[in-house]
Amino acid sequence: MSKVKLSKHSPSLDMTPMVDLAFLLVTFFMLTTKFRPDEQVIVDTPSSTAEIKLPETDILTLTVSRDGRVFFDLDGQGTRKALIEAIAAKHKVEFTPEEIHTFAVMTGFGMPVSSLPQWLKMDKAEQDAVEQPGIPCDTIRNELYDWVIYARQANPKVRIAIKGDRDVNYPVIKQVIGTLQAQDVNRFNLITNMEVGS
Amino acid sequence: MAEIAEGPDKGGKKTKPKKHSTKIDMTPMVDLAFLLLTFFMLTNTFNKPQTMEINMPAKPKTEEKEQPVPASKTVTLILGKDDKIYWFHGEVDKTKMEVTNFGKDGIRKILMDKNTAIRDAKGEPEMVVLIKPKDDSKYKNVVDILDEMNITDIKRYAIVEVQPIDLEQLKLQLNVE
Repeated sequence: MSKVKLSKHSPSLDMTPMVDLAFLLVTFFMLTTKFRPDEQVIVDTPSSTAEIKLPETDILTLTVSRDGRVFFDLDGQGTRKALIEAIAAKHKVEFTPEEIHTFAVMTGFGMPVSSLPQWLKMDKAEQDAVEQPGIPCDTIRNELYDWVIYARQANPKVRIAIKGDRDVNYPVIKQVIGTLQAQDVNRFNLITNMEVGS
Repeated sequence: MAEIAEGPDKGGKKTKPKKHSTKIDMTPMVDLAFLLLTFFMLTNTFNKPQTMEINMPAKPKTEEKEQPVPASKTVTLILGKDDKIYWFHGEVDKTKMEVTNFGKDGIRKILMDKNTAIRDAKGEPEMVVLIKPKDDSKYKNVVDILDEMNITDIKRYAIVEVQPIDLEQLKLQLNVE
């Protein structure tokens, strides 16, 4: 009776296919990844059953935080540059070329135009530390109106999306929508997230 | 200087290349690859935000003849505090207001019932829902009710301002500020 021979293979196995696969996936994720832009405020959007996806480009986002502050964000560096120049001319605020550049490459903001130059001078860490008061959009001083109208001039294809916190009081949203309607924007998007559960 | 060169005293023997295995240990590389893989998988924002597209009615340019919708076809929903909905069918001062909520058996059932009732009665499928968010309602309520329109497949609805007469009736009938 001969014993069953244990094969004397070495226990190490060929890992090449696995490495190939791993690097393939790494490459895939590296190329498709798009880092989440840092947000000015944390907003908890309401849920809905809507299934339309927001396009990635030509988006003007109006973020409304829980305490009713309004933030403005627009994509496209060239568009942002054109926008800030138009706003500077309109509000007679001087921006240095560096400040215009900073504005073109950053993300959203929420403050009156008058305090914008000072804020743009700061470096990133200082900017984050500043508590932004939101863009004035009440009936007395509606700067949001100007931002939106010049953004639409700078990029006529732009789509407007409102990203409101679920617990913000409705009058703030009404004010924002009213601002849009005042310039005949009657079609816009409300950003929501997926319905959880039922 | 010349000492560096190997002397001839080795006796003409060729130096043999060492017989190293051609395989190299790939474990660290694999570790690195999977680390990167995990990093990119976790930082990737897969889900693009979802949106709900709404069309607001265009503001009337002049005092124009806006076609009035017959009151018998309109259902008005007033969104109030604490996720409450006050609703009535028809004209505000001639009907009774009722309270409901956002639950499954709340507003959805009412809307569906009303929708079929109005369609059956008039022979035309045109219920109009007026959504009037009161100033103490939350943004979430508005999105929820728009969503409800989507679910119940009601095509004609509008967000409008709450009128003083609505508030008056709310106070009178349900004692709600």
